[in-house]
Amino acid sequence: MALRALLPAAIVFLWWGLTGSGVIRGVDLASPTSTWHAFTYLLMHQDLLGDIGISARRAVLGLLIGGGLGLVLGLIVGLFALAEEIFDSSLQMFRTLPYPAFIFLFIVWFGIGEKAKVILIALACLTPMYLNVSNGVRNVDRRIVEAARTFGLRGWRLVRQVVFPLALPSILNGLRFAAGISVVALVFAETIAASQGIGYLVTQAATFDNMPDLVVCIIIYAILGIGADVLVRILERVTMPWRRHLAVR
Amino acid sequence: METPAVIVRGVTKTFGVRDVLSDLDLTVGRGEFVALLGASGSGKTTLLRILLGLETVSQGDVFVPEVRTTVFQEPRLVASMKVWRNVVIGQPRQLSSRGRAVAALREVALEGHADVWPGTLSGGEAQRVALARALVREPQLLLLDEPFAALDALTRLKMQALVADLCARHRPGVLLVTHDVEEAVLLADRVFVLKEGRISLNLEVNLPRPRRAGGEEFDALRDLLLGELGVQQPH
Repeated sequence: MALRALLPAAIVFLWWGLTGSGVIRGVDLASPTSTWHAFTYLLMHQDLLGDIGISARRAVLGLLIGGGLGLVLGLIVGLFALAEEIFDSSLQMFRTLPYPAFIFLFIVWFGIGEKAKVILIALACLTPMYLNVSNGVRNVDRRIVEAARTFGLRGWRLVRQVVFPLALPSILNGLRFAAGISVVALVFAETIAASQGIGYLVTQAATFDNMPDLVVCIIIYAILGIGADVLVRILERVTMPWRRHLAVR
Repeated sequence: METPAVIVRGVTKTFGVRDVLSDLDLTVGRGEFVALLGASGSGKTTLLRILLGLETVSQGDVFVPEVRTTVFQEPRLVASMKVWRNVVIGQPRQLSSRGRAVAALREVALEGHADVWPGTLSGGEAQRVALARALVREPQLLLLDEPFAALDALTRLKMQALVADLCARHRPGVLLVTHDVEEAVLLADRVFVLKEGRISLNLEVNLPRPRRAGGEEFDALRDLLLGELGVQQPH
């Protein structure tokens, strides 16, 4: 834990030194002190927590919808050869489309409200989830499934008791990727069109050359991203106690 | 005479153009321990999978009891289930499930491991769990697919003794697929040799139990079987 904090601490220290000594000017990068002041001001007077809440809500909603859809599709395609035949190539093609391109289409369809943003984030989360889940389900050891079958496990019980748990490492890996991408898509969606949320603050800060506010927003995005990752890691520990002895690290 | 545990009559199994089994006949009596010997690719595993219901026959008839179970070459335990749940996998969940699982684990001397994850077991322990998983179903037919092949020599000897002991007590019909001639003579009441998709030799083993490897009669049977499998022994 202490070792992990070493590098970020060094970076903050460097940031402090370079901006404090004037090597980097304040208009190019705000110093830690002015960033802290900007942070406390935004917190007290501009409802920063409200903006964070709105942004987090968009990311979580998009992740739930897109990730959920990816999970269901991935399970179906992983389990049934026919579904794979029908869906897989289309979804693989779909995967290569850059999702930011859709935002303008969504704005035309759904307006600049919450809907377009959440749908864009959902779309971005769908493919990493789908790919990891379908792959994980397909790669479950066939011999184990066959054994479970000979001992009387069939259908839904077989999926729930054997296939799903054994595919869980891949499923959670998909969730981790999707969670990361949800924050990236959030930044993009909010920066294009928003009247609330962190992305709105970013656009405001950029428009008015408010360097400290801009740095605050970037740090908040970083924390949201790290938070998503930590959450998935915790989920891994809680849902897969049996893996602690198997994993190399 | 009571009906046998297994009747295989005129079974042919074709993969592509090759007959893996051709017009094969075989019976296993109730409570009889039968070993099926054969070189690699002789079709012994295919026959076992047919008896398990994992393969269909191309031709012929197969009669097997309803309650039949198996121990594979590898343990094939589900890593995400505690050991005792692996033992009663596929059975309806009841309050008595755990008790039955622990009783079966006691028979293979692993009752202390009921609540551990399979990933923490040694190869021999995992294979004993697989044996408990087979026995808890009180099978009328037990199919063993080279269950000792992946074990080290010492563990294998212990496992063979354990299987002999458990089968003597529970008396299921047993079909042991193996390519280890000594193992077959050590454990079986009767040994079949499978060659080119047919039974080429049906040999009764009348040695007293408990058996140990070696001795004149044992060696004679072993040499006879090795000869049938195409291995000449020096005299």
